[in-house]
Amino acid sequence: MTNGWVDIKNTDMMLIMGGNPAENHPCGFKWAMEAKRNRNAKIISVDPRFTRTSSVADQFCQIRAGTDIAFLGGVINYAIQNNRIAHEYLVNYTNAAFVVDSDFKLPADTDGVFSGFNEAKTSYDRSSWNYASAGGAKAAAGTAAPAPLPPMPEKVDFDLTLQNPNCVFQLLKKHYSRYTPEIIERITGIPKQEFLKAADLFTSVRKDGDMKKAATIIYAVGWTHHSFGTQIIRTAAMLQLLLGNVGRAGGGVNALRGHSNIQGATDMAGLYDTIPGYLKVPTPADGSFDAWMKRTTPTASKPAPWESWNYYSNTSKFATSFMKTMYGDAATKENGWAFDYLPKVDRDYSWTNLWNDMYNGTVKGMLAFGMNGVAIGPDSNKNIDALKKADWLVVGEIYQDETSEFWKSPRVIAQGDMKQIQTTVYRLPCAGFAEKDGSFTNSARWLLWKNAAVPTPGDCRLDQAIVAEIFLKVRDLYKKEGGKFPDPILKLSWNYTVPMNPPLAEVLKELNGKALADLEDPVTKVQIKAGQQLPGFAWLKDDGTTACGNWIYSGCYTEAGNQTARRDPSDPSNMGVHAGWGWSWPANRRVLYNRASCDVDGKPWDPTRRQVWWNEDQQKWVGNDVPDFKADSKPKDHMGPFIMNAEGVGRIFAPLAAFADGPFPEFYEPIESPVENLLHAARSHNPVVTKFKDADDKFGTPQQGFNVVCTTFRLTEHYHYWTKNNPMNVQLVPEPFIEIGAEMANEMGIRGGEKVKVSSARGDYIAKAMVTKRIKPMLIDGKKTYQIGIPFHWGYRGIAEDEGKTSLKMVNALTHTATDPNAHTPEFKGFLVKVEKA
Amino acid sequence: MQTTRRDFFKFATLGGAAAAVFGFDLRPAYAQLRVLKIARANETRSTCPYCAVGCGTIIYTIGDRAKNVTPQVVHVEGDPDHPTNRGTLCPKGSSLAQDILNDRRLLKPQVRRPGGTQWEDISWEDALSEIAHKIKKTRDDSFIEKDAKGITVNRTEAISWIGGCTDTNEFNFLVVKAMRALGVVHLENQARV
Amino acid sequence: MSQATLRVQKISGHAGSVPGDDAQREYAVCKLIDTTTCIGCKACEVACMEWNDLPFGQTVFDNTYQTMPETRWNYWNLILFNEHEKEDGSLMWLMRKNQCMHCADPGCLAACPSDGAIVQYTNGIVDFQQANCIGCGYCITGCPFDIPKMNPKTNRVFKCTLCADRVSEGLEPACIKSCPTGCLHFGSKEDMLDIAEKRAKQLREHFDFPSAGVYNPQGVGGTGVVYVLHDATKPELYGGLPSNPSIPWSVKLWKGPLKWLGNAAMLGGLIGLVVHYLRFGPKEREETIKEAHEGAEP
Repeated sequence: MTNGWVDIKNTDMMLIMGGNPAENHPCGFKWAMEAKRNRNAKIISVDPRFTRTSSVADQFCQIRAGTDIAFLGGVINYAIQNNRIAHEYLVNYTNAAFVVDSDFKLPADTDGVFSGFNEAKTSYDRSSWNYASAGGAKAAAGTAAPAPLPPMPEKVDFDLTLQNPNCVFQLLKKHYSRYTPEIIERITGIPKQEFLKAADLFTSVRKDGDMKKAATIIYAVGWTHHSFGTQIIRTAAMLQLLLGNVGRAGGGVNALRGHSNIQGATDMAGLYDTIPGYLKVPTPADGSFDAWMKRTTPTASKPAPWESWNYYSNTSKFATSFMKTMYGDAATKENGWAFDYLPKVDRDYSWTNLWNDMYNGTVKGMLAFGMNGVAIGPDSNKNIDALKKADWLVVGEIYQDETSEFWKSPRVIAQGDMKQIQTTVYRLPCAGFAEKDGSFTNSARWLLWKNAAVPTPGDCRLDQAIVAEIFLKVRDLYKKEGGKFPDPILKLSWNYTVPMNPPLAEVLKELNGKALADLEDPVTKVQIKAGQQLPGFAWLKDDGTTACGNWIYSGCYTEAGNQTARRDPSDPSNMGVHAGWGWSWPANRRVLYNRASCDVDGKPWDPTRRQVWWNEDQQKWVGNDVPDFKADSKPKDHMGPFIMNAEGVGRIFAPLAAFADGPFPEFYEPIESPVENLLHAARSHNPVVTKFKDADDKFGTPQQGFNVVCTTFRLTEHYHYWTKNNPMNVQLVPEPFIEIGAEMANEMGIRGGEKVKVSSARGDYIAKAMVTKRIKPMLIDGKKTYQIGIPFHWGYRGIAEDEGKTSLKMVNALTHTATDPNAHTPEFKGFLVKVEKA
Repeated sequence: MQTTRRDFFKFATLGGAAAAVFGFDLRPAYAQLRVLKIARANETRSTCPYCAVGCGTIIYTIGDRAKNVTPQVVHVEGDPDHPTNRGTLCPKGSSLAQDILNDRRLLKPQVRRPGGTQWEDISWEDALSEIAHKIKKTRDDSFIEKDAKGITVNRTEAISWIGGCTDTNEFNFLVVKAMRALGVVHLENQARV
Repeated sequence: MSQATLRVQKISGHAGSVPGDDAQREYAVCKLIDTTTCIGCKACEVACMEWNDLPFGQTVFDNTYQTMPETRWNYWNLILFNEHEKEDGSLMWLMRKNQCMHCADPGCLAACPSDGAIVQYTNGIVDFQQANCIGCGYCITGCPFDIPKMNPKTNRVFKCTLCADRVSEGLEPACIKSCPTGCLHFGSKEDMLDIAEKRAKQLREHFDFPSAGVYNPQGVGGTGVVYVLHDATKPELYGGLPSNPSIPWSVKLWKGPLKWLGNAAMLGGLIGLVVHYLRFGPKEREETIKEAHEGAEP
């Protein structure tokens, strides 16, 4: 979230789409209801199903799953056509005025793709997706890998009147002028009048150019689970920039993350393509630490009279400090901070590739801790087939799960090959949440320390003790026996008081970082002695004198103690800041980009909701929140508020390598869709989407009879594949079901409670029908189209499963493995199925 | 008030009848209630492990942390001070006591051998030693020091880690350290899906 | 050990006048349920089960999100889900938390013949004392909201206590505390009615609910649970909330013109009790406690 849970109470307007917070984040949703109660705020709920969020919304639009970009692009078009835009914000805080390279072409002019598409490689040469240089000279593309793209020009050509036909604003206007209410109705199934009502309501916060009100956009995996998920979120961010809602209390683009520490797991780079703090992993082509830094450190690119802080210019400080944390004294300037110790990545190793690599024999062993990969999918059957080919699997869990029991899954039993499966499976009993301390980072980026309340039962062990012991045993083996390149294993810093069971508070201190030599701030003369905890990331150095595990967490455990354990609930501004409760990254600021909550002169757009402001007497930025800005940068210097972008401004146009599939989002159909793309039938799907072609990777078409759009969802009564072990939650919703609209059920002669079989090209699922008025048939391009929804909480191990109340099937046997080319997230939503009576 | 419920009702029955007959008022009547079950329970502040709202919870356990007591959960409620949830919990958070004390919990290490049709018990020492040996062997067998172009890559593509959604930041960091040191590139997490 | 008590103002099956006043002031407590902000999450259902340690039961899928068709003796708090199509074709998904309404003039208490089986505390909470329950089921007939339910195994009747154990210790009821959206609110009756009226006014003026209003039916003297409804003219839409609930005529008759009959019966009871005492001595307390305990078993 750019903002936070409590901050939602400050909003005047909520677009809730691609998420169902009333059901999936009920306690955070209270702040939406507070905004309704205290500010008469309105909710627009856009969803394939009428959900419990829709039940308290002021307007509901039933959308065909996967057509979100069409809807949002339509709202952008509406806002521009009706002048519901934040003009001063747009000109000064976004790249709307930047002029784009004349070689850049929009899909309207290039048969449904952007300029630079390479059909053979199904990828883009993105060099034309660039700004024009103020001098008119074109930057030359680099010759050798890894930088085939030209850099962004240092001085960008710009037009503050926004009239230049090649400026970002004019391109935006042209691009989305195609997203008319008529075409939106045909694509999304939302009747024109309903769409216009929703667009009018949402953009009403900018009526007559008034900047006081703020609107927020709230989403979750209903947006990420698509083969163009990143671009849906981009469209939302662009709309929010257009309306001047980013950085504002009650505004922003707010991802409601689905799990207690999924934000922390992302921050901590439990993912193949990053290292902690969103730094990019090194590639083989980098060759050296310095080359890695050169490739991943942006240089400022902006209109000449403006300033850009370009905070990522500090990348080498963050990376060096990370390497010092990893390898201590073994990381030296001479050896490029142990650059060789880091594995190099030059292809996609993401989730679906991982399973595909196991399926094809590359991945031999898997460690799965608190992660039920088979049930989570997609394409659960493929994951089971992959595990059959693995040598070993280690599962750390607190309950029996589908992954550890894959070898006795109904699929294996049906195929009768259990005894042929050569996989050794270890199942290690881990600790539950109440048995562990440590910190979680919530959706609002707040870190909060929790305490252990009870000991582990039976022979269960703390997860960290298990992983530490495995690692130390491996290290011992390398010490004793030698082996392939043992250095990174032998030299990894593991200096915990109890190495076999690292105290988590010591790990948090490591994440915060410490001084390795005496440091002094050249301006304030503040000194930090070697060995002391750092106050924040501003102290990080790239000369090896600081260590820091994750730069964005620096400040979480200072000499003043564990900041994440703070529990001061006070909130003097009543803005939901709660600066003394836990600690939030970065630097304990609660609303990102909050400089943009002020006008160009540094005065809050809304004097009743003051976040930060320029204090003329003190000559610095002050406020109720920590200013997300260079504290002494005067408003007249015109430094951009989006300090993490090289441009200093928000990107309505995302240049060069920012995204794989276009600098503006374009509507593409899901991989399986009931119609051709009405914008460009020849280019129906995302042209650079990633798909596999193995036996288990089948895709269905309407011509094959797969003509119903299916989406998967969570229930508020259950949590993933976890509460199926909890008798209380099982009592609330005792067995799986399939939500089917009343008209469709009537046509098929299905009554509520009757068993229904849903099949995709990959697998099938059987459960009772929930016949409801909450899903209506839709007219897609004039053709009646049905949608269904299936909650995914069941598998083959659980209370209901044991009692014979389920068919022991998994919903993710239906889903496919095509992924978004940017985030590599699979398309769990909006695939095609057949529905029949079981 | 020392009157117990039973005492009161016996008294009230008699008194009530007397009043009906003789028409004078009773003294005030009190009823004793179920004892507040968390009155002396210990309170531990924790965070709900489910969604990313991160609600503050208070775990009530028996005992006062004295040495001779093993804490057992008696109740879980929302932390009223937590700014986000202010004491509220959803239907999953409200049932957390059933997650902490659940007879379906796994309690001992187990192994399924190649071709096996059932779980076998295994000691922690044996399990972790076997796992360490398998990791080393798989790594040594698959380690790529240089790619086809002769560039140093120092990675293994044969070992994978998939991380869960309720791991703490600290645990995640320990995993990142250990896995990157091993050269693991198939490092993924619930965060992707 | 805590000795929580609450002062009693009405007693069932009690032939005499009400218990006397004490020196302390008391205020009536009240639960406010704003159905317009209820998301049907069932947190209140779980909180109720957890706080009261109620035994788990079996449920079956019934083509609805509703946990079960109606409250049970061991399930006191149930959200009713109703899909309602408006005249313009748009859909409303109405959710209403259903539980004991803690009527000011409780039909259950009026109907109950057993002395002390149902009491009303001076704070307005209507509570069942299972130790005194004789299993006749008259309270079930007397309730216009169909709330009390009998455990067929022990012949004891149960319902929501408004968490009297928590309230007596200064805590809010468990359901109130859990409610994620704040659709549940707890405080004095006066405050709750004030908040409810203001909310209804807001719904009429700023949202699309011209008939929003407060449900606090006078047929039972008002209730200790009040609702804010999107459409107060049609409470029946919310899972059959009666528009004008009252105590059944049979119960009224029994407690009104025919009350002397009860008094006579009570006098008989008193004589019987004295005779019993003279012949067999005092009733064993253990027996009473054992009975009550059994009543709490599944």
